Amino acid sequence: MSNALLEVEDLRVAFAAGGREIRAVDGVSYTVEPGRTLAIIGESGSGKTVGCRAIMGLLPVGTVISGSARLNGTELIGLSDSQLRKHRGSDMAMVFQDPARSLNPTMQVGKQITEAIRTHRKVGKSEARDQAIELLRLVRIPAPERRFSEYPHQLSGGMRQRVVIAMALACRPKLLIADEATTALDVTTQAQIMELLLELQRDLDMALIFISHDLGLAASYADEVVVMYAGKVVEQAPAKRLFGTGGTVKMRYTRALLDAIPHLERPAHAELPVVTGRPPDPSALPVGCSFAPRCPSAADDCTAKAPALAEHAPGHRWACWHPCENGATA
Amino acid sequence: MTPDNTAPADNTGDARSDKKPLLAARDLVQEFIAREAGGARGGVVQAVSSVSFDIMPGETLGVVGETGSGKSTLARAVLQAPRPKSGSVVFRDMELTKLRGSALLSARRDMQFVWQDPFGSLDPKWQVRSIVEEPLAAHSVGTRQSRRKRAEELLDLVGLDPARYGKRHSRELSGGQAQRVAIARAVALEPSLLICDEAVSSLDVLIQAQVLNLFERLRRELNLSYLFIAHDLALVKQVSDRVAVMYLGKFCEIGPGESVYKQPLHPYTKALLDSIPSTEPGAARATATLRGEPPSPINPPSGCRFRTRCPRAADRCASEVPQPRELAPGHLVACHFPLTEPAPAAAAAASVPTSAQAQAQG
Repeated sequence: MSNALLEVEDLRVAFAAGGREIRAVDGVSYTVEPGRTLAIIGESGSGKTVGCRAIMGLLPVGTVISGSARLNGTELIGLSDSQLRKHRGSDMAMVFQDPARSLNPTMQVGKQITEAIRTHRKVGKSEARDQAIELLRLVRIPAPERRFSEYPHQLSGGMRQRVVIAMALACRPKLLIADEATTALDVTTQAQIMELLLELQRDLDMALIFISHDLGLAASYADEVVVMYAGKVVEQAPAKRLFGTGGTVKMRYTRALLDAIPHLERPAHAELPVVTGRPPDPSALPVGCSFAPRCPSAADDCTAKAPALAEHAPGHRWACWHPCENGATA
Repeated sequence: MTPDNTAPADNTGDARSDKKPLLAARDLVQEFIAREAGGARGGVVQAVSSVSFDIMPGETLGVVGETGSGKSTLARAVLQAPRPKSGSVVFRDMELTKLRGSALLSARRDMQFVWQDPFGSLDPKWQVRSIVEEPLAAHSVGTRQSRRKRAEELLDLVGLDPARYGKRHSRELSGGQAQRVAIARAVALEPSLLICDEAVSSLDVLIQAQVLNLFERLRRELNLSYLFIAHDLALVKQVSDRVAVMYLGKFCEIGPGESVYKQPLHPYTKALLDSIPSTEPGAARATATLRGEPPSPINPPSGCRFRTRCPRAADRCASEVPQPRELAPGHLVACHFPLTEPAPAAAAAASVPTSAQAQAQG
């Protein structure tokens, strides 16, 4: 994989909490190529956000990070904060769920974008202003000259997220990570923002990682899908292989996520197929497969030994002793 | 939106038409004064504009709409918190808008609600069992001991082990567990109507499925009615007998769930349906059919409020407010040019000549 933009190998992130070690990310590997979209899917606490924050260098002091994450061949893990800062914002950028928290409420949105530009590049104020307006236009904000001097509270949620994306794109990063960037938005706005991200990705030849709990979003927009559970990748495959007619989901967990999505074909009041229980306590993971306690097809071998993630079919990896047959409903 | 004020119960088009609705809302209007910088009066926002609907006993009415469509304001108007500007809410033969003080409090006993953020509605200093017990104590139900026992039963009902969770505080719970506590508290007084405002929106999809199944079980076991408000259409379809689509303070479409989703009549409903991400990769990638954002509710468009974003808008849409019409049994739409009828001939040519020409040339 020499043409990969981002190569993540055996990434591990551990926190210490109350004298116990919490392994939030436990040996995650994936690659992203320029112009491609990777979706990282999982529930809250599956480690999907922590892993990406580790790559960005956005985790608190005291976090133990090991493994490797190479961006364009540059190893990011182990870099000092000042070294990372050169990459963050310029080579790679991240967009978060709540745009209101990413923006300064007392500062004009345009000023915030020029600040992002001038942090990384030596450009004059008026030139930065022109670039900021250009960026607002790039993210399809109508009347960008007027919007430049507005404050975040004057914008709708969708518009705010566009401003945040404009800031993230200020230095034309090669990698954009969108962490639940559309979760807080309405369904029509979500579709608009996802379309925008894909258009920008195509135009700027960016690699896009989007983190979400929504497999439907992954099916609609991603090239490659990584499903995480309790800090580990449990299934990884091209979206085309996993979803749709003839989809071949192998993990019961992925299947459960897919089945739990409300869809229009199901009659009203129908019982949803559910898996009971909750993800395991990350400080006390079970010996075997982490999903075994909730898995409908768990057997003795599942609780005895954890299955390793392995490539069982071309491009399709899964970690399960008893994978689903032909993606059959569990 | 209502077919006829004299026979309001015939909304579902089925045999229940002879029954009386549990909740009948008529011409609800809720207004807020928008303030500009310094507190100057900036205009009046009509957040809910003449909305009417019925909910039959045991029935679930789903309301979908985007942020700012007024769906939460509608829920609060039903609860009289705050009281609507005008209109009537008849709940179990009581006119809520006329009730005051303790009479209103006791009427609300049968009408409970679950909000989006469970942590925001649970007192962080209270133990879970006390939270569930509180409504019982507030309405002086039973003795202290019987209330405690009832609280344990309720926790059991929502799938939380009372021995394990009863003495915890809300911060020690996950989002799904906290929402279950909120639901246990809401059903403590055995209400006949549960108002859910984005009650599962903040939950992970697996937990969401568990909570939705819990709602279904409570519906069957306690014969609950729901006013179920959410922005997720597929979710609303899943739980609702009837679905209303709300845009900028008005219902644009209401009807039986199957009918609304299989044969949407309003262009807005169609646009919402097209925005749902599909699990079919590539094949049906959601195309953002709806451009732009809803206009300001302070100064809504004349005529049909959706016309500024509507692909079918014609001159008539600007001059005349569309009235609800029943085009299929129990299925009403407020649109001059519903999707079952051909698009107005003048629409494409008159409203966007340049882009239409550009497309024709391109």
